Amino acid sequence: MNSTSPSFGKSVFELLSSMRFAISLLSILAVASIIGTVLKQAEPYNNYIIQFGPFWFEAYEKLGLYDVYHAAWFLVILTFLVVSTTVCIYRNAPNFAREMKSFREHVSEQSLNAFKHKHEAVTTQTPEALAARVQHYLEGQGYKVKNLPREEGVLLAAKAGSWNRLGYFLAHSAIVMICIGGLIDGNLVFKVQQLLGYKKIETRDIPQSQVPAISRLSPSNPSFRGSVQIPEGSSADVVFLNVADGYLVQDLPFTVALKQFRIEHYTTGQPKNFESDLEIFDRSGKKIRDATIAVNHPLIQDGIAIYQASFADGGTRLSLRGWNLFAPTDAPFPIEGTVHQNATLTSVAGDYTLEFTDFRPFNIENMGGDAAETGSTMSVLGGSPISDKKHLRNVGPSFQYKLRDSRGQAHEFSNYMLPLELDGRWYMMSGVRDAPNEAFRYMRMPLDADGNIETFMRLRGALLNPEWRHEIAANFAHQALPKNASDPQIEGKLTNSAVQVLALFAKGGFQTLGQFIEANVPAAEREKAAGTYLRILELTAYEALRIANRQAHLPEPKPDDATGWLVRDTLNSVSDMFVYGAPIYLQLMHYDEVKASGLQLTRSPGKNVVYLGSFLLTLGVFFMLFVRERRVWLRIKPGHALLAMSSAKHTIDFEKEFTQHAQALDTLAK
Amino acid sequence: MELALHQPAPLLKRLSWFDWLFAVIIASSGLFALSRFGEFMDPYEKGILLAAIPALAVFGWFWKSFRPLFIIVGAVSLFAISQYHGNLARMDEAFFLKYLISSQAAIMWMCALFVLATLTYWVGLLARSAFTMKTATAMTWSAVALGFIGLMVRWYESYLIGTDVGHIPVSNLYEVFVLFCLITAMLYLYYEARYQTRQMGAFVLLVISAAVGFILWYALDRGAHEIQPLVPALKSWWMKLHVPANFIGYGSFSISAMLGAAYLLAQRGILASRLPKLEVIDDIMYKSIAIGFAFFTIATILGAMWAAEAWGGYWSWDPKETWALIVWLNYAAWLHIRLVKGLRGPMLAWWALGGLLVTTFAFLGVNMFLSGLHSYGTL
Repeated sequence: MNSTSPSFGKSVFELLSSMRFAISLLSILAVASIIGTVLKQAEPYNNYIIQFGPFWFEAYEKLGLYDVYHAAWFLVILTFLVVSTTVCIYRNAPNFAREMKSFREHVSEQSLNAFKHKHEAVTTQTPEALAARVQHYLEGQGYKVKNLPREEGVLLAAKAGSWNRLGYFLAHSAIVMICIGGLIDGNLVFKVQQLLGYKKIETRDIPQSQVPAISRLSPSNPSFRGSVQIPEGSSADVVFLNVADGYLVQDLPFTVALKQFRIEHYTTGQPKNFESDLEIFDRSGKKIRDATIAVNHPLIQDGIAIYQASFADGGTRLSLRGWNLFAPTDAPFPIEGTVHQNATLTSVAGDYTLEFTDFRPFNIENMGGDAAETGSTMSVLGGSPISDKKHLRNVGPSFQYKLRDSRGQAHEFSNYMLPLELDGRWYMMSGVRDAPNEAFRYMRMPLDADGNIETFMRLRGALLNPEWRHEIAANFAHQALPKNASDPQIEGKLTNSAVQVLALFAKGGFQTLGQFIEANVPAAEREKAAGTYLRILELTAYEALRIANRQAHLPEPKPDDATGWLVRDTLNSVSDMFVYGAPIYLQLMHYDEVKASGLQLTRSPGKNVVYLGSFLLTLGVFFMLFVRERRVWLRIKPGHALLAMSSAKHTIDFEKEFTQHAQALDTLAK
Repeated sequence: MELALHQPAPLLKRLSWFDWLFAVIIASSGLFALSRFGEFMDPYEKGILLAAIPALAVFGWFWKSFRPLFIIVGAVSLFAISQYHGNLARMDEAFFLKYLISSQAAIMWMCALFVLATLTYWVGLLARSAFTMKTATAMTWSAVALGFIGLMVRWYESYLIGTDVGHIPVSNLYEVFVLFCLITAMLYLYYEARYQTRQMGAFVLLVISAAVGFILWYALDRGAHEIQPLVPALKSWWMKLHVPANFIGYGSFSISAMLGAAYLLAQRGILASRLPKLEVIDDIMYKSIAIGFAFFTIATILGAMWAAEAWGGYWSWDPKETWALIVWLNYAAWLHIRLVKGLRGPMLAWWALGGLLVTTFAFLGVNMFLSGLHSYGTL
């Protein structure tokens, strides 16, 4: 052991400080860094399970791939980088420091003669006189010169660009500094505490006040980066740190209250600025200060920086009208809801849980499709960088909710509060989707002349009502046949057909009707039959509307185009209802908006170390790359001068400079 | 006799009357801008403007060709602005604006000239025609001038759309691609004059032409040339420093990659007699990477400092940040390889060429394939 360890230690030292090792480390670090950019980091673990399946999920988790940059093996690479750099500095420091000071004045004439870059000149001047002239010249060129008396003459030893070596120190110690600063701001302390069992990640979805002390970090925690969402009028004295598949609660030394959150907009509707008016209180409840923060303008309080990070709904109160879509005669019923809260709905079809997820006070939608000019060549060459935003329009508020049935199945809905104009007619829109990655499919409910959906709802009820079916069909048959050719038998047949069409439609919309035709009509006549059925359906629907209006003591519908479209649109909508995924449509009547501001709070004591390191790195890189270290010697004997020049790198610039110095010597020696 | 020694006179005595005129023009226009628009600037922006005065003046003294470029770009941009009469619709009416120097017209001229210059450089290279090469250089200069005029006018146009919309045109992928072309071309033109060799233009301009192709596709197919207001995260003076510094890095790395390609070809005897000596190519490759690395370091640090103000942390391992680190590590490795005796030459050329892939991914790929905080220029 005793005999092998020095040589083993020495070879480790050699390896760590070798250039090839440094190159390998830089390359390995680069490749390792790629992983975390390809695989999305710090996602909820469920997403990974879905993406990779249980086997690979666990394998990747063991490798720490969900948080690569804090994984043990990644830290090991970084440690190697720091150690290798430190060893390099330690190894080169004494040498380089000497080099910076030294003029290498002990160089022998013999070794000067062995230089690749040397030049000899004949002179008539005395060594002292020539030395003085060359010294003046070299100093003018930025060299530091030492004039040394030597046997039979003089030796000039000159150097320039010693800062190159200083650059080496600066740049390499800066790397160590930056890594250490980063480490201070990392979560190493927590990792150790977690390993020793002092701290534990909380994975349950429980109120913050119930999170046990083992998952809480004290206000004296030197470094953290967490976030919290505060609704207007509320406050927070903790932030949450996302760790792996759970979180930690970081207690703050103060309380942050949100008075107001504001969004400013450009005229085109894009957001221009996010601002939060905050109040800071100390733990005893005494107000410390008021402050407004915005993106790019954080607030520093007790060494903790408070950033405007995001925004969300803070629990907007919604007043809704619920329509029982499949109940023919029910009037709408009122519902009150609050975003981020649930409500229970009891209906004929069973019990539902309403989960209000979001409210958006405005929605900018592209209502013009693709404007023709933007794609044309001329508009680019002719030159209009001015965007034509006429097709972008704010279509007003919308709210989002999930409707979960008793079996736990849920659909997600997004309903607009205001009607939208599509193809020249106005509709209420309700979007539905089965999974978050899908686009919303929209059911459009036509508005009547008064701008309400009541007519649509009335007609829908009439079409679905089995008790009215015969009356509607009879009215239709009576109207359909010419007055002079009234034949009770044909009228009866037509009535029956109409009842059948209505019944089929009430069972499943156009789809059921289509299936019926497919099952009962020979292929060749299907198209014709479909046309007939559709015609019957439209006309009966008109009769249905007449009856419904009469029942509601409303005037007769006008037999005009508008009514025609209303009937057609209603039929489409009712048909869509069967795939809408919910028996209820919620119409937003009023809202009382409450916004929430997402704040990020960080304490990073290592920041200044990192910044100082960055500054030194910049200086170091410039010195290393743009200051060239060169040395010149001139050995003068009576009648003869020998110029020699050296540099660590023999670049083209160096060759040029050598030629210049050689010519200068020739000139000066004359 | 003393003159033959290249005895450097003190800096100020070496300056010609034109140098002084140039400095006076820069100082007076900078101070004029400050007095006229100072009330709309925050202290940092004023600081940037004031610091730009000596920076540009010294840059012009250091690289003399920059002086006429600056003056021409400034004069033509002012002329273009005067043609607007404060009315955007003039873009389609005024003759000069419509066909030459409205932002979009100027940028399209830049694109056309870069492509022409590329072809001309190749013709000159293959035909060994010094005159053709000179023409190519002139075309490249014209493209740079028009490109800068385009950006300047675009800056003004953005304020005509709305005073709250106006911003420096380095905010989205379209604008920075124009900037990339300009910076790459300027870096190249500097080396061309410094090394008295035009042969490398054929290679360097290829990468610029590729960028031009992207610009055209992006504008024609995606309408990306439209001026959009800034998202809140970008409304900061940091953008004026971070973005240009980054593109000096990207531009230099692209040049070094193309030189790497030229090196590898010449080494195999392809075009060898038409290209500069291997040592010269190697030397410019090194210089280019040195400048790129230094500025990329600064840009990444500035980015981190901005991130600390906008996103709440100087380093979040966001894909763009991480890829910036990967690019930095890649060229740090390159600079270290250069110091190992047995690995120089072709190894460095290959590494620089491979670096183009890494750089392109960091610049473009991250925006196309990965999502994160830095999603300002999505495709």
